[in-house]
Amino acid sequence: MRYRLLAVVVTGAAMLGGCQEGVLDPKGPIAAADRLILLNSLGIMLAIVIPVILAILGVAFWFRASNERARYRPDFAYSGRLELLVWSIPAMTVFLVGGVAWVGAHDVSPRKPITSTVKPLRVQVASLDWKWLFIYPDEGVASVNYLAIPVGTPVSFELTSSGVMNSFFVPQLGSQIYTMAGMISRLHLQADHPGMYRGFSAQFSGDGFADMYFNVDAVAPDKFAEWIDTTRNVGTELNATTYAQLAKPSASVVPFTYRAVAPGLFANIMSAEMQSDDAMCRSYPTSMRAEK
Amino acid sequence: MNLLGKLNWDAIPFDQPIIMGASGGVVLVIVAILSWITFKGYVPYLWREWITSVDHKRIGIMYIILALIMLLRGFADAIMMRAQQAVAAGGAQGYLPPEHFDQIFSAHGTIMIFFMAMPFVIGMMNFVVPLQLGVRDMAFPTLNSVALGLTASGILLVNISLAVGEFAKTGWVAYPPLSELQFSPGVGVDYYLWSLQLSGVGTLMTGINFVATILKTRASGMSYMRMPVFCWTSLAANLLIVAAFPVLTATLAMLLLDRYLDFHFFTIAGQGNAMMYVNLFWVWGHPEVYILVLPAFGIFSEVVSTFSGKPLFGYRSMVAATMAICVLSFIVWLHHFFTMGASANVNGFFGVMTMIIAVPTGVKVFNWLFTMYGGRVRFTVPILWSIGFMVTFVIGGMTGVLMAVPPADFQLHNSLFLIAHFHNVIIGGTVFGLMAGYNYWFPKAFGFRLDERWGRASFWCWLVGFYIAFMPLYALGLMGMTRRMQHYDVASWQPWLIVAAGGAVIILMGIVCQVIQLVVSIRNREQLKVTADPWNGRTLEWATASPPPAWNFSVLPQVNDIDAFWKRKQRERAQPAQSKKERKFEPIEMPKNSATGFITAFFAVVAGFALIWHIWWMAAVGAIGAFLTILAFAFRSEEEIEIPAEQVARFEQAHQSEFAA
Repeated sequence: MRYRLLAVVVTGAAMLGGCQEGVLDPKGPIAAADRLILLNSLGIMLAIVIPVILAILGVAFWFRASNERARYRPDFAYSGRLELLVWSIPAMTVFLVGGVAWVGAHDVSPRKPITSTVKPLRVQVASLDWKWLFIYPDEGVASVNYLAIPVGTPVSFELTSSGVMNSFFVPQLGSQIYTMAGMISRLHLQADHPGMYRGFSAQFSGDGFADMYFNVDAVAPDKFAEWIDTTRNVGTELNATTYAQLAKPSASVVPFTYRAVAPGLFANIMSAEMQSDDAMCRSYPTSMRAEK
Repeated sequence: MNLLGKLNWDAIPFDQPIIMGASGGVVLVIVAILSWITFKGYVPYLWREWITSVDHKRIGIMYIILALIMLLRGFADAIMMRAQQAVAAGGAQGYLPPEHFDQIFSAHGTIMIFFMAMPFVIGMMNFVVPLQLGVRDMAFPTLNSVALGLTASGILLVNISLAVGEFAKTGWVAYPPLSELQFSPGVGVDYYLWSLQLSGVGTLMTGINFVATILKTRASGMSYMRMPVFCWTSLAANLLIVAAFPVLTATLAMLLLDRYLDFHFFTIAGQGNAMMYVNLFWVWGHPEVYILVLPAFGIFSEVVSTFSGKPLFGYRSMVAATMAICVLSFIVWLHHFFTMGASANVNGFFGVMTMIIAVPTGVKVFNWLFTMYGGRVRFTVPILWSIGFMVTFVIGGMTGVLMAVPPADFQLHNSLFLIAHFHNVIIGGTVFGLMAGYNYWFPKAFGFRLDERWGRASFWCWLVGFYIAFMPLYALGLMGMTRRMQHYDVASWQPWLIVAAGGAVIILMGIVCQVIQLVVSIRNREQLKVTADPWNGRTLEWATASPPPAWNFSVLPQVNDIDAFWKRKQRERAQPAQSKKERKFEPIEMPKNSATGFITAFFAVVAGFALIWHIWWMAAVGAIGAFLTILAFAFRSEEEIEIPAEQVARFEQAHQSEFAA
């Protein structure tokens, strides 16, 4: 019964999200795992919720005052057996869904690296007002509002913010995570299929928020290597000066790249050194950061 | 030294036709109403009978009037947002620029939670709880009036921000660092903070007042396990207020210190930590959800049991479930930010705790179901709202538990799925409950029933409108649309948003039907006139006249059972002779009217407005004025008036026919 129900849900959901670029159309292992957990939980609950809704409507209708055939039992106010049932049905449901939640929280924890034979690509992400900066520390290049990644390779993100809080989110690749100034959040994602996926901020961050989206370009590994090579030969270097220009508030920034990145720049963004002349910032002790 | 602080003519947005039109209209309406009242000579009556009244019933009604007005204001914001998102697709920018749209969604959330739902719930409790407890007033009647005044002060400040200055552009949660001076240098966040601080203090006073009233002043014989369920849920809600609101006040005070005195609680610089704000905010914020919904659960319990002609099924279970929710609501706050990067153990723990709350809530739904089972369900307007609630709330609860699963939340957090979920529980739970309560207790408050036909029309518009407005948002959330977008570039979202806007229009029709219902009912009040007990009720509020006298009960009731009034009716039917016994009345002491609440509120508005605009001398005037008002009240020489026994007897005689029925 439950499987049939689940099938109905999945079909319905697929019709809903299948042709769209949503969370029901995963393109990587994390997004697929998120979706499976979502649908499992939904299926378990619908198995209870649908009968309950029907029972509410049925009971209310049958026991309408005008129905002569319904038996009026004005003193029916307690039944030990029913009480037991009433507490155990939601408890059992929650037991099941709670299990899904607990296991799921561990299986797809954003901090947990993806197991793979391929060496992960490191990407450092900074949310600025109102655009995204992506630094490839091992490749020594950077890009704005455009994130190229190789297909089938785990991507290990370190994320921070230049100022206000944002949330880094690519629905088709999976879990989102907050970006916060003065600290680093971690996220591991992977794309299994080549394609262009929409990414954006999912945490309101001010006037330019609606335009704060970027494209994730998942390409074959050799194409990715090509892109890195090309990028190394065009544009300017990302250093303190060019960063200061970039950090000025602006929205709808057309994607572009930097051919090189000054060492330690990301750490400086993180420690808030770049966006404030407050002397206290400079002495911001490493040990006080939430996660280093 | 500037005598007016930051305030100058630039604060009024003369160049914004929408804002100027709206605020100009509001000012005109207020002036018109005030002049009409003055011209008709109603001012002394209003002052004597309402503004200075410390009668819990009057205060309750005033809370609800405030809430209904704010419902209109908040709904106007909602319609504007839906209209904006219905048109701002592709390259289009819609008719609202970001700085305006951002204020609207911030104001919508703030107003609907703090200034619509809260006053509505508090007003309902104010009117009903002392009557159900069989007592003559709250434990602290004047404090009650001060609390109303402070709530009204907060409401006034929020609405002043429409015309003078701006409102916050941070969302109703005002997360730092966005809400810090560095990113929000204007007065918008200050309006938000000071209005919530004033009304928050008022709410805390209400909480203390109700806890004291329910624990200490019940009718003789009403043990805890004989209290009506609405009193139980009110007790739980007010315990939550007492425990949670100080957290909000302290959190907002820290943000104020950051903004006014250069502190570093949540700033980026100086080792501040915004995560602390987010945690503290939701330590208040999640119990707040239950402060809003528990009293609604109480209303449904009363309504379902009354109109099924049966006692509530599983009373003890209901009480246990209510208190379980009360406690558990404090250990789930982290589910509002699973995406902040806590460890799997932390996220898993809070996810599972959140689901555990669904158990007592599910128990309640089953108990309502079994209350109807074996009953004779009369399909009046209140029961329609209740059944609409049960179906809708079950769906909202399910999507809530879904989002309590951390990996699902990683995908749905801050999406329109979330928006759909919490509107599903706040509209489907709290608002439906308040509407049920409004239709259920209106005859008690005014002595005539609300029109059934328009009431039903309103219910169906709300119900259908709700589904059409919010089901598309679930779909949009799954399609990856996030909240608070002034415009968007994904064309496939637009049809869903147009449907949602259509749903909002149907809800608007529901609101219009409610206004018509009220007008029609007032016009036909003679035909709709009711006696003390129009619904064949079960609890003590139906044992006194409609509307009740200022002293509620001429003879304080003696309680021997749950459903005290129902049992009394059964006894009297069995032995009719007893009820005709000649009754002797005694003089009744009632608390004296007091202008303390009004004057305190006046000074609170002065202080709040001055602090927002950095007018320091005026802030001092406001603070000292409010303090002196309270001080003067503390030194009052007489606080009660005596209602002579003859007056009580006269009232009883006039209403004899009602009780004979």
